[in-house]
Amino acid sequence: MAASAPPPAMPRPDFEIVPRKGLILVAIVMVALIVTIAVNSLWPLQFFHVAGGAAWTIIDLFLGLVLGPIIGRMSIPARVEFTTRLMPKMVLIMPTVVTATLASGWQLSTKLGTNLSSYPEHGWVVASFIVVGVMAILALGLLEPANIAVLFELKKPRPNGAVIERLMKRFIYCAGVLGVMQLATLIIMTKLASS
Amino acid sequence: MTRRGYPPFTELGMLALALIVAGGIYLSAHIPQHVPLGPAIALLVASALVLAINLALLTRVSDFAWPRFFQVAKWALLAYLFTAAMIEYAFLRDHLKGGPLVILTLSLLVYAVQVPTLIAFTVARWDDSSADDADLPAPGH
Repeated sequence: MAASAPPPAMPRPDFEIVPRKGLILVAIVMVALIVTIAVNSLWPLQFFHVAGGAAWTIIDLFLGLVLGPIIGRMSIPARVEFTTRLMPKMVLIMPTVVTATLASGWQLSTKLGTNLSSYPEHGWVVASFIVVGVMAILALGLLEPANIAVLFELKKPRPNGAVIERLMKRFIYCAGVLGVMQLATLIIMTKLASS
Repeated sequence: MTRRGYPPFTELGMLALALIVAGGIYLSAHIPQHVPLGPAIALLVASALVLAINLALLTRVSDFAWPRFFQVAKWALLAYLFTAAMIEYAFLRDHLKGGPLVILTLSLLVYAVQVPTLIAFTVARWDDSSADDADLPAPGH
């Protein structure tokens, strides 16, 4: 076992763990979502579900399969700087996009009757529940905690590079798995939209 | 257990989440038919039990960073209570009632507590990481 020694100071830009200005945008989206569900009109529901779902899928695929491997090959200082700029935004973007997609999707399926067991493609709908359920468990249990923990580590006067690397690995691997699972979502959703 | 004797908090937390999600899928998959509530109740009770056992195990960890845990948990709880309220709103908007509404509401409560504890644990366990950076625990927590 190596002797314990304080890790060297790591230069990084100042940042907020939860960007407060971004909360205004989140609030606007959430209010719009609540109004959309209350009004229960087809077009806004479809807008929220399709736009949110597309954003969710693309972010997961891009982060997990494109950006993740790139981050892994960056130098430590570059990775730290990138992380301090990306991760606070992800804290706001992903929960907002996921909530908007799922809430509008459930309301849309209730309006169209596609979540009823009498719907001819009910098996595909249940499959989508299962895929989203597994993705939610991974995102809420592994990805989101790693995201927040990295930011807390980076806020310390002397961040521990090994801890950041370990948590970022968890984040990137998890995003990669979610990206692959998004392919299953694409298959199911295009099947349902075509039926 | 790791060097500091941490319980498998993340694994148990994810198990609790999986039980809740399974119950939700089970109920959602039967709409609008009559749903036998037994399996959903069993999954909810099992999830709540796993959550309670997980927190109880964590209280046995010596010198755990509880102030940091509660600092993160309270704000995360606020955020996840909001998302749970959004889902509850959708249920009420769709006139869900009776047993399924009660079970789903309690499931949302477990979810709204479980996720913040997972986030708070992950932050708090590294709270004094600069003191033991040379001896990181095994992966998976």
